[in-house]
Amino acid sequence: MSFVFYILSALTVAGALAAVLLKNTVHCALALTVAFAGLALLFLDLHAQFAGFAQILVYIGAVAILVVFAILLTKGSETPKDGVFSKTWLAGLAVAAAVFAVLGWAVLQSTSRLPQDVKAPTVTVQQIGQSLVGRYVLPLEIVAVLLTAAMIGAVIIALHEKEGLQ
Amino acid sequence: MQAAIPFAPQLAVSPIAEILWLIPALPVMAAGVAALLKQSRRKISATLAIGSMSFSLLLSIVAFVHVLTGWAQGFAVREVVNFTWIQVGAASVDLGWVLDPLSAVMLVMVSLVGLLIFIYSTGYMAHDINYTRFFCFLSLFAGAMLGVVIANSSLLLFMCWELVGLTSYLLIGFWYQKPAAAAAAKKAFLTTRIGDVFFLLGIVWLFAQTGTLLFYNHGTGSIESASLSVLLTQPAALGLTAAGAIGLLIFAGAAGKSGQFPLHVWLPDAMEGPTPVSALIHAATMVAAGVYLIARVYPLMQAGALAGGTTMALTVVTWVGAFTAVFAALIAVAQNDIKRILAYSTVSQLGYMMAGLGMGGVAVGMFHLITHAFFKALLFMGAGSVIHGCHDEQDIRRMGGLRSDMPLTFLTYAIGMLALCGFPIFFSGFWSKDGILEAAQHWSVAKAPFYMLVFGALLTAFYMTRQISYVFFGQWRGKKPAHESPAVMTVPLAILAFFAIALGAIGTPVWPWFHDFLEGRATAFDLHGFAEPGLLIVMLTSTVVVLLGLFLGWRLYGDRSPRPEEPDALERAIPPVWAELRDRLYVDEFYGITVIAFYAWWARVADWIDRRVWGGAVTAVASVFALWARLNRFLDTNVVDGSFDKGCDELSVSGGLLARVQTGRVQTYLRILALAVVALAAILIWSSRA
Amino acid sequence: MTPLAGYLLVAALLFAIGLAGALTRRNAILVLIGIELMLNAGNLNLIAFWRYGPHPEVLTGMMFAIFSIAVAAAEAAVGLGLVIQIHRHAHTTDLDAMNRMKG
Repeated sequence: MSFVFYILSALTVAGALAAVLLKNTVHCALALTVAFAGLALLFLDLHAQFAGFAQILVYIGAVAILVVFAILLTKGSETPKDGVFSKTWLAGLAVAAAVFAVLGWAVLQSTSRLPQDVKAPTVTVQQIGQSLVGRYVLPLEIVAVLLTAAMIGAVIIALHEKEGLQ
Repeated sequence: MQAAIPFAPQLAVSPIAEILWLIPALPVMAAGVAALLKQSRRKISATLAIGSMSFSLLLSIVAFVHVLTGWAQGFAVREVVNFTWIQVGAASVDLGWVLDPLSAVMLVMVSLVGLLIFIYSTGYMAHDINYTRFFCFLSLFAGAMLGVVIANSSLLLFMCWELVGLTSYLLIGFWYQKPAAAAAAKKAFLTTRIGDVFFLLGIVWLFAQTGTLLFYNHGTGSIESASLSVLLTQPAALGLTAAGAIGLLIFAGAAGKSGQFPLHVWLPDAMEGPTPVSALIHAATMVAAGVYLIARVYPLMQAGALAGGTTMALTVVTWVGAFTAVFAALIAVAQNDIKRILAYSTVSQLGYMMAGLGMGGVAVGMFHLITHAFFKALLFMGAGSVIHGCHDEQDIRRMGGLRSDMPLTFLTYAIGMLALCGFPIFFSGFWSKDGILEAAQHWSVAKAPFYMLVFGALLTAFYMTRQISYVFFGQWRGKKPAHESPAVMTVPLAILAFFAIALGAIGTPVWPWFHDFLEGRATAFDLHGFAEPGLLIVMLTSTVVVLLGLFLGWRLYGDRSPRPEEPDALERAIPPVWAELRDRLYVDEFYGITVIAFYAWWARVADWIDRRVWGGAVTAVASVFALWARLNRFLDTNVVDGSFDKGCDELSVSGGLLARVQTGRVQTYLRILALAVVALAAILIWSSRA
Repeated sequence: MTPLAGYLLVAALLFAIGLAGALTRRNAILVLIGIELMLNAGNLNLIAFWRYGPHPEVLTGMMFAIFSIAVAAAEAAVGLGLVIQIHRHAHTTDLDAMNRMKG
């Protein structure tokens, strides 16, 4: 395992931890951004450049901003009086730990049938474009519909009540 | 008595025999009508009774005359009318009646004495409020007694026998409000019942052995020779044949009705009834029914006797009779109630009759029965007249000097008393008693009965003299002065007194008409009758004894009138004996401590068993049921209901518990989702391990 | 430990952290943040398998991850819109208070 991998992993995990543990919700959103960045770098490390940049553009550029907006619109910056964690946080932690245990167990105890040394692939954008409209045209269209629907829905949902549905 | 050739039998049924059933039926029908009358209809009740009895007397006389003419023509009359009442397969229940010399004389006696006493009762019971009921019961009794007389079927005999016992109970307890009377009636019924049980056993056994209920039935009857020979071949216990055993059983029934020892205890107590009842039932007729029964079944009693000998049954009859004669006479000496003396005297005379039957045959016993009926009824009715005249006083120590106050009563009473004592020649009792003494003299088994009966005659004379001197001689010791009774009471007395004398004539040894009539022989007036060797000695002995008794009685009592508180003359002489005699030789007390005490104890045991054992069993069963019911309820409430309720509760509780899963919080659902996925994944990974 | 396993473990860790956050934080937006983390962990898984799996030239993994990003963005938009609407209605984003659907 390369040195870069460890640094990037540590960064990502730290950002994720911070995103979950911090009291101030805005700090959590910012930490999330750090986590997203770390992930993007990991993608780049894995030679998935397009995915990495898409990550930066979409997640950091849109989702994180959206989260911050939501926090601001819902007064999420105010820290609640009786703690940020639910009363039964231990149960939730236990469940998450159990999930990690199972996944880790699956990963570690399985023997890999994959070849060990695999040459790093070179992927051009042209290849990606071609497969998008070629092999994966159907998912592309569906995702387009999905995005349209999501946009419309989000607008409708977020409209003020007294204006009703238009 | 000359032995004659027996008569030829005449069996053709005459018209009078056909309607013989009317003789008992008329009084019974009169009783039936009288039972429906109101208490106020006194005249009608008495008229019915006396009228029906008159008709019965008339018919009885016609029957008697018919038998008499038949006898005079040389026939031995025995006409039977039998019919089948119930037919059960091959066996049949037959009833019937018989007309022969025995039943003819008995019919006349019963109806005549009965009629006289009925007439007497109209005067005696005139002040009684239950006059109507009295005559109803009297008629019923008369009908039943007449039925006993003519019965040819043992079943009919038993039915009428029981009816006689019932009416005796009703009449003894006529004044039922008196506890003593009610108790006496019960005692009479129960004591005779004991005899009747044996009687019934005898009848049933007789029927079982001979196959017929009829006594006489043209050769096939149960006491005719064919059946008797069958009975003689059957052995019974103690060396007896069936004939002897049945005879003894039937005698037990007769002993109960006729007051023989040890079943005599009811007769003295029966004096609680009105005096006409005592006269009719307990002197003349009902108690004579036992003697009549033995006379009727005499062929059975006599079966198996060798010539000149006797049977075990007749021996027992004789001993019991002789013993009773002396026993009762002893007790009579020490009694102070006028009727009680006469009652014990009746018991004693019945003993004479039984002894006469046992030793001398039917005629001897029956002759004494007939004469006794008349003079004893006379004596009782005289006593009734005395009681009536002394304003219902019955203690002889409070009477006296009635010879001048009640002359007619005294005269008739004296005639009756002399007849009872057996005063020689003129009085019927002398001839009838002598017949018995003579038979005892010649008895083959033992001489003791003769001496016992002679001693009894001495005692009879003694106690009758005592009674008469207390009642009619001396001074009047009562409160109010006495008066003579009305004619309706004294006229029957006179009639009976006539018969007490006249009947002697038909049974003397020189002209033994009665004996020949009964036994079916020709009779003639024969002075050589006196020439029989033992006869004159017997007559002399009895005369001496009677005179001795009269003398002793007069010597001790005579014209003296001891005050009631003073001791009796005999008592002064032999105090301990007197006390025992006055207390009736403790027979009643003996019964009290043995039979009655046992019965009371048994009744208590039975009650205890009934309450504890059977009652306990019933209670136990009931409590088992109750327990079962309670268990069921417990199960129902707790187990069934409870389990159901609990189940429902559990269901709702678990429902409530399950509902808590729905917290409404998203994160809870998420956790559960994640957990499920973990589980699924674990399963998949585990199963895919190589 | 192969490089693939390493990446997979990191992805698993990220997934667990995101799940823990989704299950324990009271603020609804933080739950959505957790969900985003989980999706991202899934993406990492996809890319890692694409890189170290057979036939990377088919681009399956990459495509899947790109579509996942697109869907995740749409879902985040709708979800946050819902959270805002809930906030207007209940004046709070506390998930513990929203239990009107409880049984």
